[in-house]
Amino acid sequence: MEHLIVTLVTFDGAVNWTVGFLTTVAIFAILALALNIQWSVGILNFGVAAFFMVGAYVSAVLTLPAPEGLESYVAGWGIPIPLGWLFAMVAGAVLAILLGIPTLRLRDDFLAIATIGVAAILRSIANSVEGLVNRSRGLNGVDGFLEDQVQGGDYRWVELAIALVVLLAVYWLVSRATASPWGRALRAIRDNEDTARASGKNTVRFRMGAFILGAMLMGLAGAIYAHRSGTISPLTFSDLLGTFFVWTMLIVGGSGNHRGAVLGAVVVGFFWFGTPLIQESLPDWLGSRVFQVRQLLIGLLIVVFLLWRPQGLLAERDRVSRFVSEGPDDRSDGAGSIWQRLRSAVSR
Amino acid sequence: MGLTLVFGVLGIADFAHGDKMGWGMFLAFFIVSSEGANLGFAGGRFGSLSFGWGLIVGLLVAMIGVALISVVLERLVFRRLRVSGGGFFVFAIASLGMSIMLRAMIQLIWGPSNFRYTPGIHPAVEVLGGIKVKPDHFFIVGVTILAAVLLYWLLYRTRFGKAMRATADNPGLAEASGIDTDRIRVGTWIIAGILGALAGVMLGLQAEVRFDAGFRLLLPLFAAVILGGIGNPWGALIGGLTVGIAQEVSTQWINTGLKPGIPFVIVIVVLLLRPRGLFGQQR
Repeated sequence: MEHLIVTLVTFDGAVNWTVGFLTTVAIFAILALALNIQWSVGILNFGVAAFFMVGAYVSAVLTLPAPEGLESYVAGWGIPIPLGWLFAMVAGAVLAILLGIPTLRLRDDFLAIATIGVAAILRSIANSVEGLVNRSRGLNGVDGFLEDQVQGGDYRWVELAIALVVLLAVYWLVSRATASPWGRALRAIRDNEDTARASGKNTVRFRMGAFILGAMLMGLAGAIYAHRSGTISPLTFSDLLGTFFVWTMLIVGGSGNHRGAVLGAVVVGFFWFGTPLIQESLPDWLGSRVFQVRQLLIGLLIVVFLLWRPQGLLAERDRVSRFVSEGPDDRSDGAGSIWQRLRSAVSR
Repeated sequence: MGLTLVFGVLGIADFAHGDKMGWGMFLAFFIVSSEGANLGFAGGRFGSLSFGWGLIVGLLVAMIGVALISVVLERLVFRRLRVSGGGFFVFAIASLGMSIMLRAMIQLIWGPSNFRYTPGIHPAVEVLGGIKVKPDHFFIVGVTILAAVLLYWLLYRTRFGKAMRATADNPGLAEASGIDTDRIRVGTWIIAGILGALAGVMLGLQAEVRFDAGFRLLLPLFAAVILGGIGNPWGALIGGLTVGIAQEVSTQWINTGLKPGIPFVIVIVVLLLRPRGLFGQQR
């Protein structure tokens, strides 16, 4: 992310930084929305980085030309980039199915542990298996979508447009999904799994569906990220940036609320990527440690929000359908909605 | 063992346990390092072991320190979350946040470099049949057995242990029968903190002192806990041994870089075949 360290002294500099920042935030917002879908049915995915990484790598190796010289990676078929995105989504779905089969039927905590583990093992595979994805050298020269059609300096606008269009599409998709009968079933399962089962819902299948949908979107975000940055390596997909960062966005913005997820991405993203901008104006003792302090504050943000504002900046709306009238106990601020959910999660 | 205790008794998957180990590791390092030497610790060695009194003092400091951290976090965060009705999800996410904070603090204080308790190479001595073992390893194994025996005694031979197990089985019932569950929780955190610090120092002794060493161990730890059955200290010990041996032996056949994957494979296999673990009770 260090490429974001630019001076804001000039107008051009400010525009450059803003465009880059918004593109990155849009990609993270897609991740946050994807996580929100999984979380909305009570799936605790601590391995966002794994799905993000799989999407990025799959799309990269499929669209890159065949390896030359010291490079060594599989595939390299040079397929069109949109197809790469598609395969990234398929890859995310496959990983979700593989992980979901052993864990989704069991206690909630097992999935959390399994997902945090799969992120670690995927990184170590990418790092150590020769001839798979170029090991720790990473994949370089991943082309951007339509990059050859646009003048060099203007391409960042295209990148921004791509990220925003995909974000909008994803937002539309998840909003439709949660407003649909399927989405209401997810919510019912989260709030009270036994009742949902009693009314004839196959809860495991619904949870698997949500897990897969979220994983596909995470894979898509990974693919967009890969084609945007041009270079990916196992280091890019750390637990901190790939997973906890997205969780912070969701908790801060408001879990269960799609607009909250996007808002959280903007707020937390600005905090994270904006820090380097003020680094030089900070006193030395702080400036040299700003990255550790930033990490500390991310952890603190999660805890503070859980303690004092568990519903996030934008709370989940209780009204599930426009055919339901706004009843007297419909709290549009949704205070305590996360607690209702958590209480029911414990009591089941 | 500390992790399984918290998991079993309090129902919290403490993702910060690894980083608490990291803190134990670094607190002990602080004592044996040059800063500590200025205070009059360090120096001296026991026979062929690679450390002296300094490390024993360091171990005590680490245990107290980590137990304190655990209790403070319980009071400041977990108890409040419990009061406001938070469940497993909130605890897990909060412990993740704390894990990030603890790790960032280690980096802030000690920087990102790796350290060793005692510089230099420590030769191994030959025991039966040409197997070479470092003297330190005898110490580590000895301490582990001692800790396991003490924990067993505490859990099954004292009133406190009985109360702890009761709280694990049914917190509501335990409270109704007059057990101060709040005290039990704090006690559990203290024991878990002490065990975590112990493990951290042993890990630092055996390998390097690194800021993310504890976090890297988190998955093998959870693998051990799940394999052994959640909440079962003996299971955790056996599970830990199994996971550790499996990891080391696996390098005979597979790429060393893939070693971190072994615990993961174990977790998945256990979940598929026997989700309650080897020694777990049916819930």
